[in-house]
Amino acid sequence: MRAGAKLGFFLLFAPLVLWLGLLIVIPHIDMFLVSIRERIGVAEYQTSLANYLTFFTEPLYLVTFLRTAMMSILATALTLVIGFPVSFYIAKIAKGRLQSALFLLTLVPFYVSELVRTFGWMILLRETGLFSTLLQWLGLADQPVEMLYNDVAMMVGLVYTSMLFMVVPLITTMESLDDSVIEAGYDLGGSGFSVMREIIIPHAMPGIVSGSIIVFMLSLGNYLTPTMLGGKDSLWFTELIYSQFIVRFNWELGAAFGFMLLFLSSLIVWGTLKLTGQTLEKTMG
Amino acid sequence: MKTIHRRTALLLSAASIATLGFATAASAETLRLLTWGGYAPENVIALFEQETGHKVEVTLSNNEEMIAKLRATGGGGFDLAQPSQDRIAGPQAEFGIYKPIDLSKIDAGQFIGSMLEATKANTTVGGEVFGVPHVWGTSGLVVDTAKAPGVKDYTDLCNAEMAGKVSYRLKRPTLIGFAYAMGLDPFAAYGDEAAYKAIIDQVEAKLVECKPGVKTYWSGGDELLNLMRSGEAVAAMAWDTGGWKLNADNPDITFVAPASGALGWIDTFVLPAKGKADQAAYDWINFVMQPEVAAMITEVAGNFTASKGADEFVSAELKARYQASFPPEAVDNIKWYPPVPAGLEVLEGAALDRVKAAN
Amino acid sequence: MTDPILESVSLSKRFGNFVAVDDVSFSVPEGSFFSILGPSGCGKTTIMRMIAGFLEPTSGDILIRGRSILDVPPNKRPVNMVFQHLALFPMMNIEGNIGYGLRRKGMEKAEIAARVGEVLERIGLPGIGKRKVDELSGGQKQRVAIARCMVMEPDVLLLDEPLGALDLKLREHMKIELKQLQSDFGTTFIYITHDQSEALVMSDQIAVMNQGRFEQIGSGRDLYYRPGTAFVAGFVGEANRWRGKVTRAQGGGLQLTTEAGLVITGADHGRGLRVGEEAEIFVRPEAIRIGHAVSDVAHFSNQMSGSVGSLLFNGAASRAMLRPAGGGDEIEVALPQSGEFSALKRGDEVHIGWEAEQANAFAYDPTAAAATAKASGTGGT
Repeated sequence: MRAGAKLGFFLLFAPLVLWLGLLIVIPHIDMFLVSIRERIGVAEYQTSLANYLTFFTEPLYLVTFLRTAMMSILATALTLVIGFPVSFYIAKIAKGRLQSALFLLTLVPFYVSELVRTFGWMILLRETGLFSTLLQWLGLADQPVEMLYNDVAMMVGLVYTSMLFMVVPLITTMESLDDSVIEAGYDLGGSGFSVMREIIIPHAMPGIVSGSIIVFMLSLGNYLTPTMLGGKDSLWFTELIYSQFIVRFNWELGAAFGFMLLFLSSLIVWGTLKLTGQTLEKTMG
Repeated sequence: MKTIHRRTALLLSAASIATLGFATAASAETLRLLTWGGYAPENVIALFEQETGHKVEVTLSNNEEMIAKLRATGGGGFDLAQPSQDRIAGPQAEFGIYKPIDLSKIDAGQFIGSMLEATKANTTVGGEVFGVPHVWGTSGLVVDTAKAPGVKDYTDLCNAEMAGKVSYRLKRPTLIGFAYAMGLDPFAAYGDEAAYKAIIDQVEAKLVECKPGVKTYWSGGDELLNLMRSGEAVAAMAWDTGGWKLNADNPDITFVAPASGALGWIDTFVLPAKGKADQAAYDWINFVMQPEVAAMITEVAGNFTASKGADEFVSAELKARYQASFPPEAVDNIKWYPPVPAGLEVLEGAALDRVKAAN
Repeated sequence: MTDPILESVSLSKRFGNFVAVDDVSFSVPEGSFFSILGPSGCGKTTIMRMIAGFLEPTSGDILIRGRSILDVPPNKRPVNMVFQHLALFPMMNIEGNIGYGLRRKGMEKAEIAARVGEVLERIGLPGIGKRKVDELSGGQKQRVAIARCMVMEPDVLLLDEPLGALDLKLREHMKIELKQLQSDFGTTFIYITHDQSEALVMSDQIAVMNQGRFEQIGSGRDLYYRPGTAFVAGFVGEANRWRGKVTRAQGGGLQLTTEAGLVITGADHGRGLRVGEEAEIFVRPEAIRIGHAVSDVAHFSNQMSGSVGSLLFNGAASRAMLRPAGGGDEIEVALPQSGEFSALKRGDEVHIGWEAEQANAFAYDPTAAAATAKASGTGGT
């Protein structure tokens, strides 16, 4: 009997273990081994930390990482600022059909691929695009306006791409807040602002934290949006990794970059959780 | 290299058609082909499958991705790949992702002899030949001649009056092209890493200086075509076919061979190290090198092939565009890419990263 | 009597075509415990939310100390509310919950702490300020919810069925405690419930509400013994009811003949029922006397005999269900507490009787009949 139960246990856990082992753990070990390899000649390698050293000694790489991280944090903050009122409206103010319809509307952009969405923005923002033409037609601009290929365009794209991942956890947590708790806040003399600050935001905190983590990680790991909308100034850290792997054939440095990205982004998330006094358990529970 | 351009010019006026009996393969195989857009048109595949019984599965890619894919699998997953001839020797020496070509199974008579010999020479590693030529072309400038008549060479893209209206890629052809336009000779420095680095450093400085005037660094062919077609960019570094495609829509826009010389590339056939359908691969090579079939590919891809006599079957329109862009002296001035020594890409990559990051 | 602290003048609220509150006027004296009793959906919560400021009346006015508060936003009204599910703030501890309103007033921290300590003392839960909301029992939460409002020293405290979520035993206990708290604080309570026993036990005045209208306002005693309408008679307390035609009417006394031919005498208490009118008669179970012999009930104007159909033992409130000899619905009769009938069994023959005075007659009103039937079906707690 005992042996049978044990076998059952192993059979149940086998898919998970295989999934984690084959698709996550083993590739990462392999990647790590690649990252501590230094090329010293044609098809000749030795173990060293030279690749990691390169990351810290070549200012370009560190600066690119910092820029990527700062932009991702900004994108996360903007997504939160825009997504919060939207989620609040959907979760607490809209009722019945309107609520489902609005929720569906936030999902609709994700029915098409990220590539198509990004192209959509390019069509809108480019010099001969819709906005530029509209501005000229309205007489607000006397020549074509280029809105593409800058950090603002990239930020618009990042926020747009991330919105759903902020809105869904926010709606879920805010829906669980009893309307009467909000009413009680007003009833006891609270203003709109203080009800928001003392009741709604603290209640939505787990949603804010999980949404922010997801959006930050997605922005940090985004490749398409920065390269396509950001244009010539938009060096993004993932782009560095991509070019090391694909264009430069320098897997060793690319792997080291990959590990630095994993490590530093985890550090940022951990630090932010500490700073805001949140824990991962609270967020998941 | 010299022989190639002379033979290329010859190719355009050649009139011989090699008609060869095609032996149907004894056993049908599935050919997994890793290639560029336009190199394996539907109609050619249909003909091939009908004639040989093999099945063809096409995966579209570019030089870097082809090599990365093959490197990831140690040369598996595909039976035939088509990287450029300068990108074979280096990766082969470093990663061993190809297997030698059995030249006895190739019908050498279908190839333009000089191009075949040059490619063989450039793709030889350890005495074995790894590549045979297929499609060739050049990269240079695509210019809206009405709006940017002054653009004659790569460095003209930096002219003040062009600010905000030009685009190019941040890839190695840009470094090489600018180097030539600046009067340097990067190919001659391939063997000397220090000298090459000195050249790249100068180019890097020039590109950083030019950066404010660049509209964007394009990364895909369609992106470039859109930029030029919409008039948002009036001059760009690009492939010849891009210019010719645009020329069909707008006669003002065309491919211009730069004063310092267009850069010539040849895409090849190579056998991945772990390819399984070698017979099908050889059958495909021999099939598409037939002049009539090669002309069908030219019609789609826009570029000419190394098939002897194929231009006979190419439309007059395409030939006219080619001749407009390449007067005889421009053809002689084409700089053909020699094989890239392993390691230079790292140097170039760091320079390109710095250009991208520069403000 | 003091001036009313709260007055409602012809208050109405319409949602589209639906009239939730229909021309309701009442006034609540300062310091009293005022209940609004009615079945669910009768509009009582709508009145409450209009007083709190979460809904705007369609017409009419609400005055506090003689001044209209309609233009005052909910967070500025001198009114606080205890919500049905209490709505304590789960993100704050008890101290934070109770001090919330004071913080909004901009009170000093030390002062807030002192007031919170004081009110916790008064509700008998000193020292729980640092606990979390979900660490408290149901009754404790209840008291905290009231304390959270009481520190605000409101003119009127609104309570929206706050006992609904508690179990029976605790609810019985909290009824007494609420009344106690109300007289301790001396604050005016307006209490909403569908549970007549809550209303009867605690209130100084009760308004019985049905379909958006107030049927009757009065003390519990008035409502119970002198119901003004058929709805009140049916909804407040228990009653046996007969429907029939008035066959004789004379000086307040009348005679009703049911379809089954049963003749009952009753009183209309000045409602002026006329012969031929369709009417209903309500008789409380405890108004009916039970006897073993005919002679025991011979002096009553209504007499009947029957057999015991079933016995409902409930201590002091034990009942017997009698099957009348002449047929018709079972009659509910309260058993005297003397223990005289403790040996009563199913099937025993008994005699019953009651005074015409105790039989309240009302003109038959089909809508009220439907509403009470529904209310006693759903709100029988």
